[in-house]
Amino acid sequence: MSTDPDMNAILGFMPPFAETMGITVDHLHNGLPVMAFDYGPQVMGRPGFLHGGAMSGLMEIAAIAALRVTVAADEPAVRIKPVNITINFMRGGREARTYALGEVTRIGRRVANVEAKAWQDDPAKPIATIFMNFLLSSPKPA
Amino acid sequence: MTEPGTPPGWFDPSAFEGILGKLGHGGHLGMRYRAHGVGWVEMELPYSERLIGDVDSGVIASGPIISLMDNATSLSVWTAIGEFRPQVTLDLRVDYMRPATPGKSVIGRGECYKVTRSMAFVRGIAHDGDPDDPVAHVAGTFIRVDNFLG
Repeated sequence: MSTDPDMNAILGFMPPFAETMGITVDHLHNGLPVMAFDYGPQVMGRPGFLHGGAMSGLMEIAAIAALRVTVAADEPAVRIKPVNITINFMRGGREARTYALGEVTRIGRRVANVEAKAWQDDPAKPIATIFMNFLLSSPKPA
Repeated sequence: MTEPGTPPGWFDPSAFEGILGKLGHGGHLGMRYRAHGVGWVEMELPYSERLIGDVDSGVIASGPIISLMDNATSLSVWTAIGEFRPQVTLDLRVDYMRPATPGKSVIGRGECYKVTRSMAFVRGIAHDGDPDDPVAHVAGTFIRVDNFLG
């Protein structure tokens, strides 16, 4: 667990929606936050299974966090705006703690491509993955 | 409200609300049934500070919009075929046109435009009052499963 104050500042973005879903930073993996939530009615879809939207929300927050951490290393003032997301569902999520980790595939001048995956027992057996595209914009000069 | 001409006894998503709306993820977010007809369903997500994704602007997170559209499109499959058929989401793509206006409900309209023996193809929009000025567009597929509770 890092105690890097910069990391704490970056993770300070965790919005009310993350709290509503019970999403927290579980630990860091190669400097990137692994997000997680516990199973409960708030993430249940069909009885006994995770809701696909709940998994997607978790992965989206993991993707945004990974991008923020990566962008902040170079240009902390850059604003990021999600353009779209593609979600693939691979396995039904069961009644267990769920983790998600984002990975920045590429950061260009205007666009960032970010992936994330969600898993329960074994990171090698993802229950779902996402691809996201983000628009990057520099703050307007004063 | 049910579209005039809908055959009686067909799958009625409004009846689903009492079960899923209160118990699961949708209910936790405050999602509720709005309207339906053959092959389409509208769900509504009232604005709530609990859903905020950007504290500075008060705009809700995009996660709840994915959930809204997953539910609306999923239900639309059953109003298209006229009965409940166990299925799971295979994939879903969401394009974010603009942020939802803080304070306004987001309405998700899901449509099922093709059903085969194994698959259902869906699309939809999310808007906050004007369907011609959408917040998001979605496209996705559902795959039939044998055992919904397996």
